Amino acid sequence: MHTRSNTLVVTLCVALSMFLTTALLPPLAAKAEAKEPYKVGAIFAVTGRASFLGEPEKKTVEMIAEEINAAGGINGHPLELIVYDDEGDATKCNVAMKRLISQDNVPVVIGPSTSGTSLAVVSVADKAQIPLISCAASKKIVMPVEKRHWVFKVAGSDIHVAQRIFAHMKAKGITKVAIMTGTTGFGASGREELLAFAPKFGIAIVADERYGPKDTDLTAQLTKIKGTDAQAIVNWSIGPTQVLAVKNWRALGMGHLPLYQSHGFGSRKNIELCGKDAEGVLCPLARVNIGRLLPDSHIQKKVVMKYTETYEKKYHEPISSFGGHAWDSLHIAVKALEAVGPDRAKIRDFIEDLTGFVGQHGVFNFSATDHNGLSEDDLEMVVVKDGDWAIAR
Amino acid sequence: MTRAERQDRRVLIGLGVGIVLFPALAIQVPPIRHYVDIMIFVGIFSLVNIGLSLLMGYAGQVSLGQAAFFGLGAYASAILTAKFGWSPWAALPAGMVLTGIVALAVGVPSLKLKGHYLAMATLGFGVILFVVFNEEVAWTGGPSGFADIPGIALGTWQIDTPLKYYYLVWALVLAVLLFSLNIIHSRVGRALRSIHGSETAANAMGVPTSLYKTRIFVLSAVYASLAGSLYTHYMTFLSPGSFDLFWSIKFLMMVVIGGMGSIWGALLGTCLLSYLSNEWLHMFHEFDVLIYGLILLVIIMFLPKGLVSVLKKS
Amino acid sequence: MEQITLSGQLVQYAITGLTVGSIYALVAIGFNIIYNVTEIINFAQGEFVMLGGLFMVFFARVLDMPVPLAFLMTIAGVMAIGIMMERFAIFPAKNASVLTMIIITIACSILLKGAAMYGWGKDPFTLPPFTDRKPFVFMGAAVFPQSIWVVVTTLVVVFFLTMFFKRTKFGKAMIASSDNRDAAQLMGINVKTMVMVSFGLSAAVGAVAGVVITPISLMEYDRGTLLGLKGFGAAVLGGLGHFYGAVAAGFIVGLIESFCAGLVSSGYKDAAALLVLLLVLFVKPSGLFGSKEVMKMKEF
Repeated sequence: MHTRSNTLVVTLCVALSMFLTTALLPPLAAKAEAKEPYKVGAIFAVTGRASFLGEPEKKTVEMIAEEINAAGGINGHPLELIVYDDEGDATKCNVAMKRLISQDNVPVVIGPSTSGTSLAVVSVADKAQIPLISCAASKKIVMPVEKRHWVFKVAGSDIHVAQRIFAHMKAKGITKVAIMTGTTGFGASGREELLAFAPKFGIAIVADERYGPKDTDLTAQLTKIKGTDAQAIVNWSIGPTQVLAVKNWRALGMGHLPLYQSHGFGSRKNIELCGKDAEGVLCPLARVNIGRLLPDSHIQKKVVMKYTETYEKKYHEPISSFGGHAWDSLHIAVKALEAVGPDRAKIRDFIEDLTGFVGQHGVFNFSATDHNGLSEDDLEMVVVKDGDWAIAR
Repeated sequence: MTRAERQDRRVLIGLGVGIVLFPALAIQVPPIRHYVDIMIFVGIFSLVNIGLSLLMGYAGQVSLGQAAFFGLGAYASAILTAKFGWSPWAALPAGMVLTGIVALAVGVPSLKLKGHYLAMATLGFGVILFVVFNEEVAWTGGPSGFADIPGIALGTWQIDTPLKYYYLVWALVLAVLLFSLNIIHSRVGRALRSIHGSETAANAMGVPTSLYKTRIFVLSAVYASLAGSLYTHYMTFLSPGSFDLFWSIKFLMMVVIGGMGSIWGALLGTCLLSYLSNEWLHMFHEFDVLIYGLILLVIIMFLPKGLVSVLKKS
Repeated sequence: MEQITLSGQLVQYAITGLTVGSIYALVAIGFNIIYNVTEIINFAQGEFVMLGGLFMVFFARVLDMPVPLAFLMTIAGVMAIGIMMERFAIFPAKNASVLTMIIITIACSILLKGAAMYGWGKDPFTLPPFTDRKPFVFMGAAVFPQSIWVVVTTLVVVFFLTMFFKRTKFGKAMIASSDNRDAAQLMGINVKTMVMVSFGLSAAVGAVAGVVITPISLMEYDRGTLLGLKGFGAAVLGGLGHFYGAVAAGFIVGLIESFCAGLVSSGYKDAAALLVLLLVLFVKPSGLFGSKEVMKMKEF
């Protein structure tokens, strides 16, 4: 045993020194090119509970970086993407952010993927005075705007999604609604907005059910809803529970109650997993999800179709709404780098003044009071028809 | 002073010197400049793990719910300072008292259980508390999180840079280490070790085993609460996901891998696992979870008494 | 809209509770099989369930095998993994303390999760249900045919295991090894083989659970951990090592969760079952059906 553990100690020491050496040595792929790379830092929840967000986000940015570099870079400077996985954990995100700021010395950071992790690093961005373009939805990420001078977000707020859903319901004369939400940051934020905006549309929330992100069954919650006089149901979650909600809703014979999903449902994979049960499910989606349904005249058509086609060709899977956030944040960062170079303060100012930027999730109009730049008009109410999306009437 | 005490004292002094000098050294080496930030978390988690090490290594009990006590301290500090305007230095001990009371209430019935049953009881309690953090949105902000928590200051001197926070955290860690070492080398410490050896024998020798077990359990909870308060004022943002069962398991692993037989094991384990999961496995991309599991497995199989056993042999 | 009566709701909660409880019961049985022979708690038990579901997806949907063959291949595959885990991680560390063993199994569960993430990615997968999709109405509640499959499969597994442990020589040898290792060895029983078999058997039971639940609730790489922990809770509630206790406790946990979600608060349902568990442990420390002597012997 003695010799065994000695060997182990030696091995561990060697491994440790290898790690430290790799950290200490400058990158061996030293470019003999004329121009130095422009760096962009990225933090995504590639693994862990929020990998639904981080995985397509990472794939998207890697794809875009390849494209840009193949076309000659940003004003001739190659784009160097530094991506860290925070596993959707606030502590890890904090550490990754610090690393990007002080060690990797990036001029701008895109991500994180979730509202929770984003909120964990807004103060870090503020203190370090580095622009942060979050891919998460919570309005608190950019409000109050006086305290979020350096922070932007590219995801539509849950405010817009909730209002879009209620507007559609009101038009149909629905006054009593049941909501079911996941006990995650995504679900909780949706729940807050749904509860806040319902009265403004004359809608009463008659049931408010919750469930965990890894729950195997939602029939109990739906059964409870069945016992109320709800006229429609809103489900707000991401991950497999979205699919379970649809399957259980159908199986319990509740198909006559319109089921609205949150924008988290926006991926063809989800429709596949639901199968026929998804027929008639409603969902407010950003146009990134429905590229093929857009008329050619639509301002976003070209940009969305290019993303959809290149992503699907490269990765052999349908695009997801969340990859679109990464597209938007990286392209905005690149546009800023193109215009003002790798200067943190200049990049921040450039983004704040950016208007009319055509992205995946809408047309962005930033301003000093609006660090999100999107509105309800950037959402389209969509329905599942014959196993695919269709514009809802 | 026994030889063990002298050795521990030397290590403590050495550690203290190292802590003071570390930032100065780290600044000189650009690639590890931000290691000071990681060391803040290492310090905070070490506080939790010192308590857990006392509970597991010395008293021979087990807890799969330390993250819940960590969370109690964190949310207590957050709520008292952000919602009620208390000073962080008042909220911190208040949190410790609250956590201590909860630990007492849970500990007295739980510590009558043994082995896996105790593990399950602490696990259950930890999850219940996590659910409370998640559900009581009005108090904790729920899954969306609790933002804009005030930072901490010493009088008028704001502790607002990582370096200042680093020294604050480690000063407290060293103080807690000193306190814990005194316990270990006292009559109480010997009594604890006798309980670990054989509870029946200890009872027969007149050691009030239930009392001591409960005390150490409460102490470990109080350490975790202190750590939680420090975490809160550093992050200025809380979400229940930082206090879930997986964190309790991480703390357990840090202590066991570091080595339960010695309080230094807690520090070693915390250090290694923190650096592994935050720093050193970046190059492995999508294999990092796999490699992490593999490293843990190899260490625990070849060094069942933890990393500390390597040092003890020399 | 067609209203559901309170009694209909209660029946629905009961059905959901029994379905999900069956899975907890199977996981709990898996814990007990290994615990009985080795006193180890295998925290990777939940991963066997996950692998069962994912392997079935691979064999039945990717390789397009007929369902019964895919099922057998899945069980065989996961059993192999269980046995490999025992050979490479458990057996070499056989003299370690029980706590160290727990950490080893936790490390294994991380490894298995990492491997599954690499092999299948992070997306959920589904399986077609064994029989027709359409649920039928029973006493005012909708019953998925797959739910019936889940409960029936659990009972069949319990039946076969009972027969195995009580009637076959091998099974009886395993019980002997758990009761008294040294005596068993003296009687010529190869205890090492028993340990290996216990892991394989436990993995098989977990895999069955995974195959049978995936058509209802999908499966992805990180579903196993929570299931494992709830199954562990059920095993402790029933009394560690107590076979029928685990089954009963599994159903009890499932029912508590379901009724709490339906009648009290859906957010607190995970806490409900654990609260009940804690109260039971405080009153009867050896679990609902466990015995005091057994509990006292198996300490750390």
